[in-house]
Amino acid sequence: MTSGALFLAVFLACAVEAVEALTIVLAVGTVRDWRSTATGLVTALLVLAVIVAVLGPALTLLPLAVLRLVVGGLLLVFGLQWLRKAVLRASGHKALHDEDAIFTRQRVAALGATVRGRHAVRDWYAFTVSFKGVLLEGLEVVFIALTFGGNQHDIPLAAVAAVSAVAVVAAAGAAVRAPLARVPENTLKFVVGVMLTSFGLFWGSEGAGTHWPAGDAALLGIVPAVAIVALGLVALLRRTADRPVTTSEKVA
Amino acid sequence: MTRRLKAFGVFCYDFVVGDDWRIAVAVVLGLLVTWLLATAGVASWWPLPLVVLVVLSWSLWRATRRTHAE
Repeated sequence: MTSGALFLAVFLACAVEAVEALTIVLAVGTVRDWRSTATGLVTALLVLAVIVAVLGPALTLLPLAVLRLVVGGLLLVFGLQWLRKAVLRASGHKALHDEDAIFTRQRVAALGATVRGRHAVRDWYAFTVSFKGVLLEGLEVVFIALTFGGNQHDIPLAAVAAVSAVAVVAAAGAAVRAPLARVPENTLKFVVGVMLTSFGLFWGSEGAGTHWPAGDAALLGIVPAVAIVALGLVALLRRTADRPVTTSEKVA
Repeated sequence: MTRRLKAFGVFCYDFVVGDDWRIAVAVVLGLLVTWLLATAGVASWWPLPLVVLVVLSWSLWRATRRTHAE
């Protein structure tokens, strides 16, 4: 896989997660207390940095075959779950991910919660919601960056891609001070699902001892094949979707 | 402490396995078959793509059937 493909895969996956984290931070920050929200954000980033500092070097110590088997398998399970949700959304069986709707729900919940200080934090609610949101979305960013980077023995490039995605989304969020609802998030999630599944398929098989016909170039066939299967399933399932799913329904 | 460990376990399960545990089981079985075929020295690239095709279709069929039943 070329460095460009590694960068693109990690960048897209991390951008999607960063958009989701941004929505949570903006919703809580605008109706509660920006300082407590920012403290939650920074604390979560520090925890994520520690996780990367511990797991990153540990991954590079594993033999490549073991790394590809374990991480490829995990990536495949992870990717199939993404793809499953993306196909359900694209075919109308699951509500589309709507940042505006999520932003509104978070704001309503934040407005209703009482203000209570704890330790050195002025608004504990704002701190915990921001911390949890950034940590949970950030863990996916870390997982994707480390698995892709580890398998290609290029964690620095994967880290640059992840940090670039987060920086671009954060800058856009700071500029518009609103959820990035115009980002084609559902399409991006579909693309990322295809990529995670394809790379998981390739690395998992290699880790189990397979040599793909054409070696690394096999990915040029695997990625389009997975995309065609997913699009075919969307077309098939659209026929059975008898009602549009509204955004007010649960959005995972 | 036990409660926190349990919560961490639930989080890890949700994070990796997600909505359908059958997908994770199918992937593990697919990797096992791939390894067995590779060890036997025969072509072993095909089981995992087959697993992806079958398990994704099956999981989606189950999910949409449940949506219709509700």
